Amino acid sequence: MMPEQTSNTPLLAADGTPLRQSLSRSLRRQKLRALFLIAPLLVFVMLTFVVPIGNMLFRSVQNDIVSNIMPHTVAALENWQAETEPLPDETAYKAAFFDLFAAAKAKEHTKLGARLNYEQTGISSAFRKSGRAIMKPGKELAKTFQKIDPAWGKAETFIALFDASFDANFDANFDASGKKTNTSLNQSQLARLNQLKGEQYIVPETKGIAADAARALPMTAREFSYWTLFTELEKNKSITEGKVWEALYVALADDLQNPQNAAAIASLSGPIASLVKTSAREISQQPRIDYTKIMGGVNKGWSERIIWETIKLHSSVYTGGYFLNAVDMRKTLDGPAIQPESKQILLNLFQRTVKMSLIITISCILLGYPIAWLLANLPVRTSNILMILVLLPFWTSLLVRTSAWKVMLQQQGVINEVLVWLGIVATDNRLEIINNQIGTITAMTHILLPFMILPMYSVMQTIPPSYVRAAKSLGATNWTAFWRVYFPQSIPGIGAGSILVFILAIGYYITPEIVGGTDGVFISNRIAYHISRSLNWGLAAALGAILLAVVLVLYWAYDKIVGIDNVKLG
Amino acid sequence: MMAATTPISRKPLSFVLPIMGAVGLLVGLLIGTSNGISGMGALIGVVIFTAICVIAIRAPLNEKGVRWFITAAFFLAGWGLNNIALGLLGGFIGAFTGWFIFWLYEGRYRAKLLPYLTPAQVFWHYSFRVICGAIFIFLISPIIVVMPLSFNAQDFFTFTEKMLALDPAGYSLKHYADFLGIRDDSNGEWIRSFWNSLIIAPLATLISVSLGTLAAIGLSQSHVPAKRIIMAILISPMIVPLIISATGMFFFYATMGNFMELQLGLNKDLVGYIKVILAHAVLGIPFVIITVTATLVGFDRSLTQAAASMGAGPVTTFFKVQMPLIFPGVISGGLFAFITSFDEVVVVMFIGSASQKTLPWQMFLGLREQISPTILAVATILVALSIALLTTLELLRRRSERLRGMSPA
Repeated sequence: MMPEQTSNTPLLAADGTPLRQSLSRSLRRQKLRALFLIAPLLVFVMLTFVVPIGNMLFRSVQNDIVSNIMPHTVAALENWQAETEPLPDETAYKAAFFDLFAAAKAKEHTKLGARLNYEQTGISSAFRKSGRAIMKPGKELAKTFQKIDPAWGKAETFIALFDASFDANFDANFDASGKKTNTSLNQSQLARLNQLKGEQYIVPETKGIAADAARALPMTAREFSYWTLFTELEKNKSITEGKVWEALYVALADDLQNPQNAAAIASLSGPIASLVKTSAREISQQPRIDYTKIMGGVNKGWSERIIWETIKLHSSVYTGGYFLNAVDMRKTLDGPAIQPESKQILLNLFQRTVKMSLIITISCILLGYPIAWLLANLPVRTSNILMILVLLPFWTSLLVRTSAWKVMLQQQGVINEVLVWLGIVATDNRLEIINNQIGTITAMTHILLPFMILPMYSVMQTIPPSYVRAAKSLGATNWTAFWRVYFPQSIPGIGAGSILVFILAIGYYITPEIVGGTDGVFISNRIAYHISRSLNWGLAAALGAILLAVVLVLYWAYDKIVGIDNVKLG
Repeated sequence: MMAATTPISRKPLSFVLPIMGAVGLLVGLLIGTSNGISGMGALIGVVIFTAICVIAIRAPLNEKGVRWFITAAFFLAGWGLNNIALGLLGGFIGAFTGWFIFWLYEGRYRAKLLPYLTPAQVFWHYSFRVICGAIFIFLISPIIVVMPLSFNAQDFFTFTEKMLALDPAGYSLKHYADFLGIRDDSNGEWIRSFWNSLIIAPLATLISVSLGTLAAIGLSQSHVPAKRIIMAILISPMIVPLIISATGMFFFYATMGNFMELQLGLNKDLVGYIKVILAHAVLGIPFVIITVTATLVGFDRSLTQAAASMGAGPVTTFFKVQMPLIFPGVISGGLFAFITSFDEVVVVMFIGSASQKTLPWQMFLGLREQISPTILAVATILVALSIALLTTLELLRRRSERLRGMSPA
C-alpha cells in the first residue's frame, strides 16, 4: 500500500516544489545565463558583420535607381510594345523630358547614366550631354512667354496662379479665401523628390495647390509643385530668389495648347486668369509642343531605340541582371542572353580562380604531407624545433611574406640572380616568374602551406605507429604498409587541410594583387576593382554573393568533416 | 623512430668512392656551368672529390685532423679564388665534405636506423629527409632572405657585389632610418602608419577579447539553445573571404560614419578610427572564441562548484578560479586577434581614410606603387615581432599544460 502511494505523489525538491518543475526552472535559468553571456557579442557581430554583409548581398538585386530617377518614364514605357514598335510614343518622350530635367537639376542624371552604362556602353555620355542640353528648349520658350508678357519671367506670377496660401486651422481642402486646394498633388511631388534624392522630407498635409489652376494647367501645376518643394527643401531657398525653372515654360506651353484644358482655362478666375487666357491665344498660334522632337534635339541618342530599350529592361526595382552579368550573360528583351565575346571575362575569371585554388591546394598537399609525416614521427624534441620552421611563416605578416616573394621572384630578384650566377639561365633570358600565374601559385602555396601542415600533423599524431609495424610484420612491403594502412588513416587530415586551404585561397586578394600581374589575379581582385574603380557596386555584390555561396558550401563540408569546434590554431 | 641500436661497421672504398664521385660531378657541374665549362668542370669535380676521399681515408692523420685539413683547404681555395665570402662558403663546403666522407666510410648513417632495413630503404630514408629539408628551405628562405637585404646600402631588392663580399660598405641602416622617419628624405609616413597600427590593434583586441571571452564562457555551458547557429555566426568573420567582409563593411560603415559625423557631431578622424577599430574587433572575435572555448573544454567544472560551496560569489569565482585557468587561452586568443588586426589590410583600405593608414596598408602601397626598400626593413622588424609572439605563445602553452596537469582530471 505505502510504496504505491509514494509513486503517485511527485518527487519534491528541498523547497517543496515538485522536482520536475524545480529542475526545469534551474535548466531555464542556466540557459538564460548562457544566453546573457553570449548576447553582447552576438549582437555586436550581427550588427557590425552579418547585417552589413546581408545589406551587401541585397545590393546585388537592388535596382531602384532607374525607377527613382525616371519614375514617369518607367511608367510610360510599360505601355511600349518593344517587340513590335520601333520607338516609344509621345507620352514616353514627354515623361523622359520632365524626369531628365528634374534629375539634371538635382545632378542625379549622371548616376543613372553610369548605372545604365554598365549594361550598354556609351549611354553614360548621352545622359551627361542631355543634362546640359535639357535646359535649352525651356529657355527658348521662356523668351516667347516673356514677349507675350514680362510677368511670365517672375516666380511671383506662378505663385499667384498656383500657390493657394493656406491656414493650418482651416479645412485642408479649402484655402483661406475658400478656394478649393489640391493637397495630394503636393504630397505626390514630395514623394517624387524623396525618391530622387533618397531623403525623408516632410511637408504639412495642409499645403496645397490651387485646385482650379491645377485642373486648367495640370502639367504646369505638377512641375510648379515639384519646383517649389525642390528649391525649398533641397536648396533651402525661396523660389523667388532665382530664375523660373525652364521646364515650367515647356509644361505651360503644352498645357495652354492642349485642347482638353480649354474649358478649364476658360473658367479660370482670379488675378492671373486674364494673363493665362491671352497667353493661351498667343501660344496656340505656335507649333504644337513635340516632345519627340525636343528630346531628339537634346541628344540624338533619344531618337534611337537602344536607350529606350535599356531603360525599359532595367527599370524593375529588383533585378537579376547583376547575377546574369556575373556569369557573362545579360538581360535582353528576349530574356537572358550570352554577353558579346569582348565582354566575356568573369566566367573565365571564376574558372581561373577555382583552377588556381585547386593547384595551390594540391601543391600544399604534396609539400605538406611529407613535412607533417616527419613532424609526427620524429622524437618530440626534434619535431618541436622543426615545428618552429612551420610556425614562423604562419605567424609572419602576410605582407612580409608577399614582399619576400616579390623580392625572390623579380626579374632582378634573388632566384633569377642565383640562376644567372650559376649559369643555368642567361642574363638576357631571365625566368618570368612574377606577375603571372606562376608567381601567384608559388607565393600562395608558401603562404597557405602551414594551414595544410597543421591539421595534417594533428591527425597524424593520433595514428598509432603500431598499425604500420603490424602490417609490416604480416609481410607488407613499405609501400603497401603506407598506402593500405597509414594513408587511409591520414585522410581526415588531408581533407581538413585541403578544405581550409581551398577556402582561404579562393577568396585571396592581397597576394594575387601584388604578384599576380594581370593573368594571375582572382575573382576577389575583380570585386575590389568594381568597388573602388568602376563603382559598379551591384555587380561587385553579385560576384561577392556567388563567391560567398561557394565558400559557405565548402565551410559546411568542413563542418561535416572536421566540425567547427575542432578547429585548432597554432 | 627507434633509438640507435644498429651496430656500425666500416664500409669498403668501393662503396664510398662512387658516391663521392657523384657529389664531385654535381659540384663540378654547377661551378663549371657558371664559368661556361660544364663538361670540363664535371670531370674536374669527379677527379678532385674522389682524390680527396682517397686521401682522407688513407691519410696517416686521425679523423678530426683530416676534417680540419679539408675545411682549411676549401676555405683557402675559395678565398684565393675570389674573396673572404667565397672562402667562408668554401670552408662550409669543406667541413661538410669531410663530415660526409667519414659518415659514409664509418657506416654512421646506419647507426640510428633499424637493423633490418635494406639498402634501398636506407637510401629512401635519407632521400626523404633531403626532400623534407628542401621543403623546409622553401618555407623559411623567403623570410630569411629578406633580413640581410634590409641592410642593403643600395636601393636594390637584391644582393649587391659588396654585400656578397661581406664588405661593410655594402651594408647600412638607412632603410631603418627611413622607417623611423629620421633620414633626411623620409616623409615620416612609415612611422606614422606604424603608430596607427599600434593604436588600432590593441583597442580592437581589447574589444574582441572582452566580448569574446564572455561569450566563450557562455558557449561552454552545458545547455545553450541554438548553439551551432550561434557558433556559426560568431565564427563567420573568419570564414567569409576578407574581400566580401570588406565590401559589406564598406557600405555599412560609410552610412554609420556619416551618421556619427553629422548627427553626433564627432570629429572625422575619430570616426575613422572608431570604424576601423570596430571592424578589426569583429575580425578578431573568431580567434578568441576558438582558443578560449578550447581551453574551457578541459576546464574542470567541479572547481567552480567547490568555490561556490565555500561561499564565493560568481564574480569572485570567475576572477579567482576560472580566469587564472583559462588565462593562457585568453591571451593566445588575444594574440591572434592582435595579429589579425595588425596584419589586416583589405578591410582598412576599404573603410579607413588616409589618416588611418596602417603599416600593412603602407606596405601594400609600397609594394604596388612606389617600390621602396624600406619595406624590407619593416619586414625584418615584423619578423622579429612574430618571433617574439611565437615565443610568448609557446611559453603560454607550457604554462597552460602545467596548470592543467595540476588540476584534478
